[in-house]
Order: sequence, then structure tokens, then C-alpha cells
Amino acid sequence: MENTERPFKDQMREQKLFQSRVIVCAVGVLLLTAMLVGRLVQLQVVDTQHFTELSEGNRIRTAPLSPTRGLIFDRNGLLVAENRPMWQLVAVPEEIDDLDGVLNTLKRLDLLSVVDLEELANNVRSRRGFERFTLGNLSESQAARFAVRRHRFAGIDLQEGLVRHYPYAGAGVHAVGYVGSISSDDLESIDRGEYAATSQIGKTGVERSYETILHGQVGYRQQEVNAQGRVLLDPASTEGGEGQPGLLTRWPTPGKHVVLSIDMRLQLAGARAMGVQRGAVVAIDPRNGDLLALISTPGFDPNRFAAGLSRNDYVALTTDPDNPLFNRALAGRYPPGSTIKPILGLAALDHGAVDPHEDHYCGGYFRLPGSTHRYRDWRPQGHGAMNLHSAIVESCDVYFYRLAVELGIDSLGSSLVAFGFGAPTGIDISGEAAGIVPSREWKQQQFANPADQVWFPGETVIAGIGQGYMQATPLQLAHAAAAIAASGRRFKPRLLIGTEDAVSGVFEEAEPVEIDGVAVADEARWQRVRDAMLGVTSEPGGTGRTAMLGTPYTVAGKTGTAQVFSVGQDEEYDEENVDERLRDHGLYVAFAPFDAPEIAVAVVVENGGGGSTAAAPVARAILDAHFGIEDHGDSYD
Amino acid sequence: MATATIDWGANQQRALRSVLPGGIGLNVDVPLLLTMLAITGFGFIVLYSAVGENGSLLLRQAVRCGVGFCAFLVLAQVPPKYFRVWAPWVFCGVFGLLLLVMIDGQVGKGAQRWLSLGVVSIQPSEFMKLAVPLMVAWFMHDRSLPPTLPQVTVLALIVLVPALLIARQPDLGTALLVVAAGGLTILLTGVSKRIIAAVGVVGLVSAPIAWQFMLDYQRARVFTFLNPESDPLGAGYNIIQSTIAIGSGGIFGKGWLNGTQAHLEFLPERSTDFIFAVMAEEFGLMGLLLLLALYLVLVGRGLYIAFAAQDTFTRLVAGSLTLTFFVYVFVNAGMVCGLLPIVGVPLPLVSAGGTSMVTLMAGFGMLAAISGQKKRLAA
Repeated sequence: MENTERPFKDQMREQKLFQSRVIVCAVGVLLLTAMLVGRLVQLQVVDTQHFTELSEGNRIRTAPLSPTRGLIFDRNGLLVAENRPMWQLVAVPEEIDDLDGVLNTLKRLDLLSVVDLEELANNVRSRRGFERFTLGNLSESQAARFAVRRHRFAGIDLQEGLVRHYPYAGAGVHAVGYVGSISSDDLESIDRGEYAATSQIGKTGVERSYETILHGQVGYRQQEVNAQGRVLLDPASTEGGEGQPGLLTRWPTPGKHVVLSIDMRLQLAGARAMGVQRGAVVAIDPRNGDLLALISTPGFDPNRFAAGLSRNDYVALTTDPDNPLFNRALAGRYPPGSTIKPILGLAALDHGAVDPHEDHYCGGYFRLPGSTHRYRDWRPQGHGAMNLHSAIVESCDVYFYRLAVELGIDSLGSSLVAFGFGAPTGIDISGEAAGIVPSREWKQQQFANPADQVWFPGETVIAGIGQGYMQATPLQLAHAAAAIAASGRRFKPRLLIGTEDAVSGVFEEAEPVEIDGVAVADEARWQRVRDAMLGVTSEPGGTGRTAMLGTPYTVAGKTGTAQVFSVGQDEEYDEENVDERLRDHGLYVAFAPFDAPEIAVAVVVENGGGGSTAAAPVARAILDAHFGIEDHGDSYD
Repeated sequence: MATATIDWGANQQRALRSVLPGGIGLNVDVPLLLTMLAITGFGFIVLYSAVGENGSLLLRQAVRCGVGFCAFLVLAQVPPKYFRVWAPWVFCGVFGLLLLVMIDGQVGKGAQRWLSLGVVSIQPSEFMKLAVPLMVAWFMHDRSLPPTLPQVTVLALIVLVPALLIARQPDLGTALLVVAAGGLTILLTGVSKRIIAAVGVVGLVSAPIAWQFMLDYQRARVFTFLNPESDPLGAGYNIIQSTIAIGSGGIFGKGWLNGTQAHLEFLPERSTDFIFAVMAEEFGLMGLLLLLALYLVLVGRGLYIAFAAQDTFTRLVAGSLTLTFFVYVFVNAGMVCGLLPIVGVPLPLVSAGGTSMVTLMAGFGMLAAISGQKKRLAA
């Protein structure tokens, strides 16, 4: 025997004990089985009639009910995104006998816009038999044409739907974004149950980042339908129908309305002033980070996405050389050029790298000690004696070459970082680029070749006028201008200023988010830099003066010109002879009114030439719109 | 397996040894084997309907059956004393894997359960269902029954520590099944009725505390069980649709391949956890009674093997293997017909799925080995 090691084990008694337990368990097994059988008898014998009705003759269909998407308003209450009713043609696959024939007939009646009927048929077949499949949208007349022939199409039905509509078309598209059909990628990130009745989802901009607020919550209703799919009992359509036994309805919760910081007047004025030029305009309220305008040109019509874009149209948009889908305001990276001179001036003051009263002579070029390389000023003959104020007003490059060398790349870089360059500003829509603030570490990480990792003194020189490796987005430029206007206070740029409950009408205001400010030892230095920016638009010789002549408000600004094309050491840059795509970018930053700034603006015009000629008039148009000056005339266009 | 010759004329009450031309004896327990194959065959017929006559899925299931059957044949040849020798090592090994999963498991469906071993991913918690009863039986094999209180404490730790680890993954369903497997083994050791009563009281008292530690989705399952109508689009949908499928099947069913609930795709998880409902819809109460009868024959045979086994270890192992098998049947069928909350337990030998098929057939292999031991001793 196996277990005789312990002689005092009472084999017989143990076996009896075990066997008695086995018998108890066997009884338990039988009892539980009896319970199961009882339950099965209850379901399959006693209540089988009920369940048979549910499953065979009458089927209960749980139909999801889509929530109404929240509306989007601008800060003045103008409707920016709405829902328009329209007819949709839907198919219930299980009720259609001859799918191909039915689709062909519909096509012949011009009720289907789809080209590839075979693909459509496959899509319908891939659905669950009882799931409604949307074949397409119908106009009023198409819907009427179908309605009179409805009896011929078992399993095809009309359904009232809502389609997203953007009254301002492309004017706000890069801020508001658009909705489109739910893609397989979208499906990964959403709760499918919540979107059971929803066919569209926010793709970009506010529509995307506030998707959960705008979408609302799905509802459902249970319907009894017969084998032909005719609804026998729909509690949702009958008064007091919720009380029907076994049929439930839960109404969807509509999405909340969203109120944007955007001012559509500025948005329209900016788009008009940009005209056919490529570029971006961003306007920020320095007091709270509200984005008053966010424009990227060229734009595109979001209504085409909402209505369903054909493949060809989509390809045309994506392959357009002007790249209208690209959001230049957030993701366009441009050398900031001279627009960063006020910031570098402030940094140099704060580090004691420059005496604001000391004059330096500008002879048209700058040379590093011990080098023959000439860093040229934009004005070949030079500016003569320059101090900090006049160097900003006249945008003297040579003064800032020297200043950058005195300041050193490390302090220069950290001062730019403090203003928000080199990192996303944290705006509440996605797609923002970080830009680049070059530093010794950045260069080491960026380049694989050790020879390229060394920081050269010449790179510090050109950093002084915002050239070289440095890249900034228009949003960062506007954000930094706002920080100057607000003496270093910074707010996270935001598009959403509140939400409104669609049912109760309760408005919920979003609080501005203040972020780390720019610390300066002496507050007076802010005023010194701002005075210089005022000089840019008001003093003789100021580079931004022409565009701001005669404004009833006071503006402080700064022009910038960003090189796209490197001119050889002994060559002249000649705008006429340079290909349009290689021409300089024009930049302009400004804030107004000077004494109590309420708007800061940044404009980038790609290949527009200089900042004062291309970009400043756009900034003027924005500011005029903001201060309610309706008809400025065409003198600046 | 093709080389197995079975002496059909042998007394089916006893395990059977047949002699091959080469002189190699192959031990199988004929009633066990026949019932097992009958259930598996029935399962194939239902699966064919449930997967919409999808050939490649059926082929995969057939491969799993083949692997499981090989495991059955191999384990049936092992003298049971080796199970006893291996038991602590198996337990420690699986326990180690469980710890490894905690540290380095793949996160699947929000829970750390799977361990990737290059080609295949394994779920150590599944093996705990076998390892825990083996360990309990090993601990008691040379001690006298019934266990004393300190011994019961050790046994409880053997069951509860792995169960807690699994519950933390979190996989409450498997943890409860491990507790059931271990608990039933302890029950079979003849532990005194007072201890059983005490455990029952403690269980009732601690239920509200356990509720505090449950995750939202676990609580939601309990709510859905209590009131499926509360969530007809989500978890409640499954249970509503499966009761409709069962109820509409009636006494004789709608006929093979004619289940509307299954074929119109109202029924979720048709080929795995809810295959019982497909069977109920197409074969009706008669089909289910046949299936339950087959399960009862299998359980009866297993309990008989335990009843007749020669020593403590094999008794406990045979008893617990059989009873756990029944627990799976009951939990799955009970869940599908709305008697129990939804727990992810497949219907034994019928649901599509590899781990369950292979471990169950391996378990039956051990049963056959224990059954054959008596024969061997008698010889």
C-alpha cells in the first residue's frame, strides 16, 4: 500500500470519511443540476411562448438614439457650428432580398451618389442584419421622390438626420476644426456604445478637443418589429409609451454648447487681409490668454468634410502645394527674425549685458573678433550710432549681433524659453508644434556627427536676429507679444471660454489658466522695451510706422523678416530674381492699446517679403476690427 | 493516438489495459473516454453552427482537441505516485510564474494576466486551478484525516495566497474558481463540520468588505446580474439575448443551424462563453438534458474513481478534479441562463478555446491514470 509510513493511520476510517464526503458532494451535484434543469424548464417550457415571440415573430430591437451635437458660438454669440436637418437613406440589410437589384434601382432613380455600388453592397452586407446602414444623404426633392416609391423598397427607409454646418465656412476652420465620418482609428479611442448612433466625430480643432463635451450621451429605445422590419410598437413615438412592459427608452443627453474666445469679426477681417497669401494670424488677449483670432491661410471649407468628402476631393486637398489642411498658426515653424529683438533687449538689460544709454556704431556689418566673416545689416549703409531704443525702433541688426555675443547663447536661449518658445504653449486644441530654441545641448542631441555638435560663435551672432536654427510658431509669437504687453504675466492660450448646457441653458465659465510668468529684476525694464516697440510704429524711422499711420488707438509693434534663402557672402538679395517660394517671410507682432493692452497679435506671411510691407497691414486689419473701425479703406492692402 | 487499441469487450466498470502487438500497454478509462468524446463531438456540432460554418475556426478547435487528447493519453500512462512527487514542484513553478506576471505581465484588456514566452502567451492563473488541488492533496497525503486546525490553516493559505494574487491581476472569476477547486479539495479531506460552518459565517460577514475592494466593472457585473434591464446596450445585452435564445428554443429546439438568435447575431460570444445558449436555441430542452446527462455520467464516473481510489492523494485529486469540472459546467450554464452573474468561464469540452480544452483533457488523463492504478495494483 502506498501510505503505510504512519502505522497509526486508520485506513478504514479515513476511507469511510472520504467516501461520505464524496456522497455529500454527489448529492450537491445532483441538487445543482436539478436547479439548472428547473431554470431551463422555466425558460424553455413555461415561458417559451414569451421568448419565442421575442425572438421569432416579434423581435425586440434595441435602437440607439444619437445625442444632438452641441453648438459652437464665438465670444459675441455668433453661431460658428450648427446642426442642420436633412434626409438620409438607410438600409436594413436583413430585410432586403435582392440587395444588388435594389441598389441599382436606387442609383437609376438618382438617389445614390456613391459610384462603386459593389463596394457599397459589401459594406451593407458586413453589418449585422438588423443594423441600419446609412446609404447617403438626400436633398428635399430626392427625399420626396423616394417617398412616393417607398412601397417598392422593402428594407430601405428614409431617416431624418442632422448634419454639421459651419456658416462661416473656411473662416474659422483652423480654430473650430470640423467633423467627419468616424474612422477605424477613431474607433480605437472611443466608447463604441456611446457612438452607436453617431456617424461623425470631431476631427480637428475645437470639434476634436472638446468632442466629449459636444457629443453628449447616447440614448436608446427598444422597439418591437415584425419579420419584415415594420415597427409594431415604438414606445419612443407614442405618448406614455415608456410604460410598455419590456420596452425601454432612455433619451439621449444632448452635447453642451461651446463658447469660444474667438471673435469672428477679427477672424473674417484677418482672412480678408491675408487674401491669397499663405501664412497665419494669431490674436491673444494678454489679460487672460483668450485667442481672439486664429487664422491659417489658405483655409478650406469644413462643410465638405461634414457632408462627406469624396476621395478625389480629399486627395486634391492633401496634395495641394499650398497645403490648406496644414494649421500654420499652430504647427507652422518660422524663423522669428527681428520680432524677438524686444525680448533679447529685455534679457540683455536683465543680465546687465547692455547699457541702454550707450551708443554703438552700426556701419552695415558686424565682425567677430579674429574673423573676417561679415554679418550684414539689412540696411547696407548701416544705421550709424544706435542705442537699445533706436536699435529696436529701426531694427538694427548689427546692434543685436553684438548684444547676442555679449549676452551669450545660454542666457539668450533661456530668456526665449521663459517667453514660451521651444515648447508647446498648451493651447486647448491639438497639433501644436514645439518650435526650436537652439542651445548647446540641443545641438548635441540634434546632430549625430560630433563635428556638427559643436556650438559655433557665429551661430550666437545670427541668433541675435532670430535667424539660424531658431523656429517659432505664430501662436508662440503672439503668446510672447502678449507676455510683453502684460509685463511678463502669461496665460495658457485658450479657445474655450465656457460651456452652456443645451437643456437647462446654464452657462459654465472656464477660468483662465495663468502659467509661470517672465521674471525681471526691475519692472521699469518692461516699460523701456515697450516704449521702443511704441517707437516702431510712431517714430520716424520706425519700421512699422507706415502700416499704423492714423490709428485712433496706440500700437506697439515689431517687424520681422525671416530669410528662407541664404544669400552668399558677397551677393545681394534681390527680391525680383528669387523664386517666389524662396522669398523672405514677413512677420509682425503688435499689441494695443499701448497703455492698457487688450490685444496682442502676430502675423506671418510666407514668402511675403519684409514684415513692414506684407505682415503689418494684416495686423492693422485685425486691430481695426478689434477696435470696431469698420471701413479703413484699401490704403494698406 | 491512432495506435491505441481498446478492448471494447472489457468490463467497463474497471480501467482497462490493452496490449498492443509491441507489448506496450495503453491505459485508458473507457467510460471516461467515451463520455468525454461524446461531449466533445456534440460540442463540435454546435460549434459548427455557432461560428457560421467557418472551416478555419473549426480546424483550430480540432487541433486543440488533438493536443488535449494527446495530453490525456500521455498523462493516463503515468503512475499516479509521480503526480504526488511532482505536485509541490508544479505548485511552486506556477506560483513563481504568477509572481512573474505581476512584475512583468502583458497588460491585456486592462488586466495583467498573460505571460509572453516568445511564441505563445500563457496565463498562469489557469494552471493554478490544477496546481492548488494537487498541492492540497500532496500536503495531506501522509497525514491522517481529518486535518487538524493548524493543518487546515496551512491548507487555507495554499488556496488563498494564489487566489489573492490572481484577484489582484484583477481576475476575480479565475480567483473564485481557484478557491472553489481548493475549497472542494479541503472539503473532501473530511474537515470538521464546525470549521465548514465557521468558514461559511466568515464568508457572509466579509462579503461587504470584499465589495469595497472590488473594481467598478466587477461591481457593474453584479448589478447587471441583479437587473439586466438596467444596461440593455452594454453588459445586460448579453444576458437578455441569451435568455431569449434559451427560452425561444423550447422543448425540441429550432433545429440545427436554424437558431435565429445565433445566426442573426443577436447572441454575443456565440462560440465561446455563450455556446450553451446556441445549443439551447437549436436543440431545445431535449438537447440540453442530453448534454447535462453526459456531464453527469462523466462526473459520476470521476466520483466513482475517487471513491475507489487507494490512497489519500489520489482520492483527493480525483475527487477535486471531478468536482471542479462540475463547477465549470454549473457556472457556465448558470451564467448563460441567468442564474449567476457573468463570469468568463467556458463550457467544458464545448466552448472554442485552447487552454480550457487542453487542461480539462489533461485532468481527465490524470483521472484515467488514477483509475488504472487500481487495476495495476490488482494485477
